[in-house]
Amino acid sequence: MSKTLFDKVWDTHVVKKVNNGPDVLFIDRHMVHEVTSPVAFLGLKNRKLSVLYPNKTFATADHNTPTINQHLPVKDSLSANQLKTLERNSKNFGISFWGLGHKKNGIVHVIGPEYGITLPGATIVCGDSHTSTHGAFGAIAFGIGTSEVEMVLSTQCIMQVKPKKMRINVNGKMGKGVTPKDIALFIISRLSTSGATGFFVEYSGSVFTEMSMEGRMTVCNLSIEMGARGGMIAPDDKTFEYIKNREFTPKDKNWSNSMKYWKTLYSDEDSKFDKEYYFDANEIEPMITFGTNPGMGISITKGIPSIKNNGEGSISYKKSLNYMGYSEGDEMIGKKIDFVFLGSCTNGRIEDFRAFAKIIKGKKKNPDVTAWLVPGSHKVLESIKEEGILNILNESGFELREPGCSACLAMNDDKIPIGKYAVSTSNRNFEGRQGPGARTILASPLVAAAAAITGQITDPRTLF
Amino acid sequence: MAYDKFNILKSRAVPLKIENVDTDQIIPARFLKAVERVGFGDNLFRDWRYDQKGKLKNDFILNNSLYEGKILVGGKNFGSGSSREHAAWAIYDYGFRCVISSFFADIFKNNCMNIGVLPVQVSESFLQKIFKNIELNPKSNFEVNLLEQKVSIIDTKEFELFEINPYKKENLLNGFDDIDYLINLKDQISAFANKTPF
Repeated sequence: MSKTLFDKVWDTHVVKKVNNGPDVLFIDRHMVHEVTSPVAFLGLKNRKLSVLYPNKTFATADHNTPTINQHLPVKDSLSANQLKTLERNSKNFGISFWGLGHKKNGIVHVIGPEYGITLPGATIVCGDSHTSTHGAFGAIAFGIGTSEVEMVLSTQCIMQVKPKKMRINVNGKMGKGVTPKDIALFIISRLSTSGATGFFVEYSGSVFTEMSMEGRMTVCNLSIEMGARGGMIAPDDKTFEYIKNREFTPKDKNWSNSMKYWKTLYSDEDSKFDKEYYFDANEIEPMITFGTNPGMGISITKGIPSIKNNGEGSISYKKSLNYMGYSEGDEMIGKKIDFVFLGSCTNGRIEDFRAFAKIIKGKKKNPDVTAWLVPGSHKVLESIKEEGILNILNESGFELREPGCSACLAMNDDKIPIGKYAVSTSNRNFEGRQGPGARTILASPLVAAAAAITGQITDPRTLF
Repeated sequence: MAYDKFNILKSRAVPLKIENVDTDQIIPARFLKAVERVGFGDNLFRDWRYDQKGKLKNDFILNNSLYEGKILVGGKNFGSGSSREHAAWAIYDYGFRCVISSFFADIFKNNCMNIGVLPVQVSESFLQKIFKNIELNPKSNFEVNLLEQKVSIIDTKEFELFEINPYKKENLLNGFDDIDYLINLKDQISAFANKTPF
């Protein structure tokens, strides 16, 4: 029988099918961070259980870490305690721990692929919704809650009802100034934040085939923002080239055996999807959000849609525009901004810093803009230095911070102040996401760079 | 037993007539720093309940003494966003045992069921009936019967049946969780693990 990519990976991981119930799914890789794990470890202690496969479990600190002076003790006592708790739990349960200051430290979804923890055909979970990022490699990867973290720690399995399957096809050529982030924001604006709830998405078409691995990660990362549990892309030569010779990637005979399996990972020609969408890349422009959920996105050249075009939910729509201080029909271009945030598991990779540098090179940061540039990992930070990007940034008046989740969710001190506007390359523009009262505008690294130079929303295509 | 059994819940309800209520609203990230599951109810809907100075906002439904109960009724696409189970914990800790909406985000729904909060998905029209009923009479009661998979408006005797996975239903009725189930599969899991390539 013909199968989709998703079926192939899912079906080979089913330990048991429960009658009228969920599948018992075996998990190959479990990523752990400081925020969603302490109660799970506490649960293990209370039940007198151990971590079943410590070698399949990887812990890092990212959500709650400072992005300046990481060599000093963490000032916030609650954050410090949470970081210490993860360190202690990792030690007690025999899990590798890449904590603050470790040279492999970084955002969990950035370091997984960097060290070959993320592999095609694997099942990967983490107590974080953006685990969908790892789907870029042809893995089934999804976010879980703390009870499920405890479940995977203790049994290496999770009980899940198999989601429905959706395929999103994007063909055509990506225009000048259009990045993977714009492709994703465009899709979410069409499907809404709940359009893919209950589904697992496969991205297909020439746009994704031609896209870099970093770009694919950005797209898969944002799958959750349209409600999908995850998104995946069939592995190809680009994927294999990326993962080859990384620390945890299979070596020698294991590599060639794995390659045989990985090359079978694609959706068979006549395989069936429960839902399919088709988009033309030629119609996609640089995108920007104007509201308080990632589905409220438009082409940067357009005005804010009016409520009557928005169907039901007008109370929520009004509340959202009111929070942002915007009105129906407003043009986004020219709107003043106060902060720029480049970083996060969505756009905190080397390619994102290259894109940012391309725009700002030879120009000066606008003096009214505060810019936080936060690499996704120490490895990204090293590449920024090696490639000479740091010099470009410094010459234009930008400073680089140390790796972490930072202002994406503002758990540390990187909070956008009340009422201020931030152009962010992260993933959520929810009310207060970047700090109480903060107003977030989601966009690509190119749009963020353009805003950092001009101090207002600017079409990056005018600055090339 | 991992949490309280859920059987029949008869209670008043609190109407939160907002769509796309995300988990950052249910509990903002800056309140996720605890290492134990205590006190999350205090910060449920923190930035909607309190102003910047920590003063109660009178216009928020949770601060209106007219409304109370163990049922929270929300607009469609409830619980979108982050996977933080802290959102479900906050709802539980505040005193809710059931959330009714016309649509739930996946991870939030799983998280609720894993800790003994019942997510009840009803049709948009029935959801509007519930909102209407509370509006007409804030003291009206509702009954959620898990065994019969039925939610009723007591005043009008209207009801709707809801769906739930039979395995999850059994768990909730008995207060079991998935680990109780998986622990018994230990041999099967280790046999499976020995065959996996990675």
